Amino acid sequence: MKKTPGKKANPDLGKINRVLAKYKGNKGALIPVLQEVQVALGFLSQDSLRAISEGLAIPLSQIYGVATFYTQFRLKPIGKHLVRVCHGTACHVGGAEKISAAIEAGLSVRDGETTADGKFTVESVACLGCCSLAPVMMVDNDTFGRLTPESAIKAVKEY
Amino acid sequence: MKKATSKAKTLPKKKAVKKPAAPDYRIVVGLGSCGIAAGGHKVKAALMESLKKAKLNVQVSDTGCVGMCYSEVLLDVHHKNGQVYTYGNMTPDRMARFVDEHLAKGQPVADWLVKASDRALPDDSFYAKQKRIVLRNCGDIDPEKIEDYMAHGGYQALEKALKKMSPDEVIKEVLDSGLRGRGGAGFPTGRKWQFARGSRGDKKYIVCNGDEGDPGAFMDRSVLEGDPHNVMEGMLIAGYAIGADEGYFYVRAEYPLAVERLKLAIEQAKKRGFLGKNIMGTKFCFEMKIKEGAGAFVCGEETALMASIEGQRGMPRLRPPFPAVSGLWGKPTNINNVETFANVPWIILNGSAAFASLGTEKSKGSKVFALAGKIARGGLVEVPMGITINEIIHEVGGGIKDGRAFKAVQMGGPSGGCIPAALGSTIVDYDSVGQTGAIMGSGGMVVMDDTTCMVDIARFFLDFTQKESCGKCTFCRVGTKRMLEILERITKGRGQEGDIELLLELAEKIKISSLCGLGQTAPNPVLTTVKYFRQEYEAHIKDKTCPAHSCKELLKYEIVPEKCIGCTACARVCPVTAISGQVKKPHVIDQEACIKCGNCVAKCKFDAIKVR
Repeated sequence: MKKTPGKKANPDLGKINRVLAKYKGNKGALIPVLQEVQVALGFLSQDSLRAISEGLAIPLSQIYGVATFYTQFRLKPIGKHLVRVCHGTACHVGGAEKISAAIEAGLSVRDGETTADGKFTVESVACLGCCSLAPVMMVDNDTFGRLTPESAIKAVKEY
Repeated sequence: MKKATSKAKTLPKKKAVKKPAAPDYRIVVGLGSCGIAAGGHKVKAALMESLKKAKLNVQVSDTGCVGMCYSEVLLDVHHKNGQVYTYGNMTPDRMARFVDEHLAKGQPVADWLVKASDRALPDDSFYAKQKRIVLRNCGDIDPEKIEDYMAHGGYQALEKALKKMSPDEVIKEVLDSGLRGRGGAGFPTGRKWQFARGSRGDKKYIVCNGDEGDPGAFMDRSVLEGDPHNVMEGMLIAGYAIGADEGYFYVRAEYPLAVERLKLAIEQAKKRGFLGKNIMGTKFCFEMKIKEGAGAFVCGEETALMASIEGQRGMPRLRPPFPAVSGLWGKPTNINNVETFANVPWIILNGSAAFASLGTEKSKGSKVFALAGKIARGGLVEVPMGITINEIIHEVGGGIKDGRAFKAVQMGGPSGGCIPAALGSTIVDYDSVGQTGAIMGSGGMVVMDDTTCMVDIARFFLDFTQKESCGKCTFCRVGTKRMLEILERITKGRGQEGDIELLLELAEKIKISSLCGLGQTAPNPVLTTVKYFRQEYEAHIKDKTCPAHSCKELLKYEIVPEKCIGCTACARVCPVTAISGQVKKPHVIDQEACIKCGNCVAKCKFDAIKVR
């Protein structure tokens, strides 16, 4: 609920404005703008959403509605590395629950949480589309397949 | 989102070819998402390292998904004389021997071959019954090079359509081919185009639905990664046919590599004049844009997808008006799935009759399936319509993993159903699959063996649809939640008499009172598993047992005293010290304390622990 005016030279604002400038005048710009701001800043803070609302002249309520509808958007910061454990059909049949359990135990977090040192955020996702290598997980943009509980936690700890 | 993997950066850059003599060997490394996940980049780096030492005249390039995902990493060697050898399960440490024996000495390493043009191999049966139209270039061409696509007939269909055919003739050709929507619903593509062409409007759009959300499906990802130009050419032809000048690729956020390759493909097509103004010197103009999804399964529904492109919450709306009349930004819009568009160039070039000669009376051509689960040869396959499920599983897919029993196959993802092994002779076409209670769907085929619990599978899909329901329709929003709760209590051993009937009642109500396909089909996994595996539900509810030994809460671990030698191995791995006993005397499991983790069973070498 902090107010933005009065704050000087917010470096985030520069990044947001650059994204806004890129999409100025484009139809349907909201989702790509949210996506790019999230890539630049890691998550969508209240201040970011306000700035986007002003920049695109879209009510904040509507932006909040969109940001909470899609699973990709995060309103809270995440850890340095994002561990996504696939729970698609093939991975489920192939033992994804054991992979999640091993990672959660190994990092002492629960699904959706970030480790105390801020290094990892762990989440289960619907399907990463690498079904024939099930069970699968992604750490940031690297995909790991044919996992066992042991190999999964080993791969994560190498980050 | 920008890079496929950070490891890609460490790879040696391909040197610009400086017009040398034709290479003795052309090596192609499979670098689709599956190949990369299996370690494709590491294999390629090791290959480049070994090649550096060997000083051979070899050209190395990349390709998308080859289809034999079960043998990733895959590597093809093309000889000057036309012989082709495919190696499977390649690892970095195999590269030195491969370079030395095959490339330097000319002796292919027979043990590692999975396919070769000069000999018969066991895996030939993977390809024997396939018919590749959509996948004709996948795993063959370099998807990042437009020249490769053009050398395989690329953009000739567009040229033929633009210069030799009227828009109506194009539509007629597609109509005559019998092509039906490959996203799952199976609406005739030509009819859809006719409607969009017939709509009045100063502006029309083409949208490619690449929001492949079904868990267990990866056909569209593989096609977009492996042959992006083919899909784009199909969209251009559709644009010409209906009179559109702008197209959108809507691609799932989870597919960064597909997005990257599409961006590249658009750039290349622009440079060649296949996109932009006056394409190929005709009056036809077309622009192409990419929209990345943001993670919402319901956006696979066409009206939700358009809302998402417009920057809104992806919620479906009532039809009519159909998109062909009022779609994106209120303009006439034609939406087809990736695989549907990928069929179009082939149909235009080879003619509708060639396409219609494949398949059954009402389902023509071929269908791509993503084979996964408990199958020996999981991967991407394309088979003619009319083939049986048994043929796909036992012949193409090589049967069930580890020689276990085939129990069921799940088709159509969360909208589909489980077809039991007893109906394995069902032929693959829209109507026959529909009669089983499942749907053809987009092509996910997840195979299950006797260790898969069907109640748990139904619970898994309801968990998915309940989370993905957009919330607009009450029955879908609340009904799926109630169904999930019932399924959860059944799998936890707290099922009640009458639960099955309650599930069926809710299922019917959700089906008839939901606006879009998500709700209308969400109960299908429950309906089919109750229909074919009712005894499993009853075992959970009445006997509190899980016949597949899969539902944890219903399992009971017991030590067989006659077999236990008292080695204490199990007691040492038990995380809750529930196992007690003296050394060299039979041990006992404290049922109250046991958390059913299964560590003891995995550790016991004497088969002394029974799971009930």
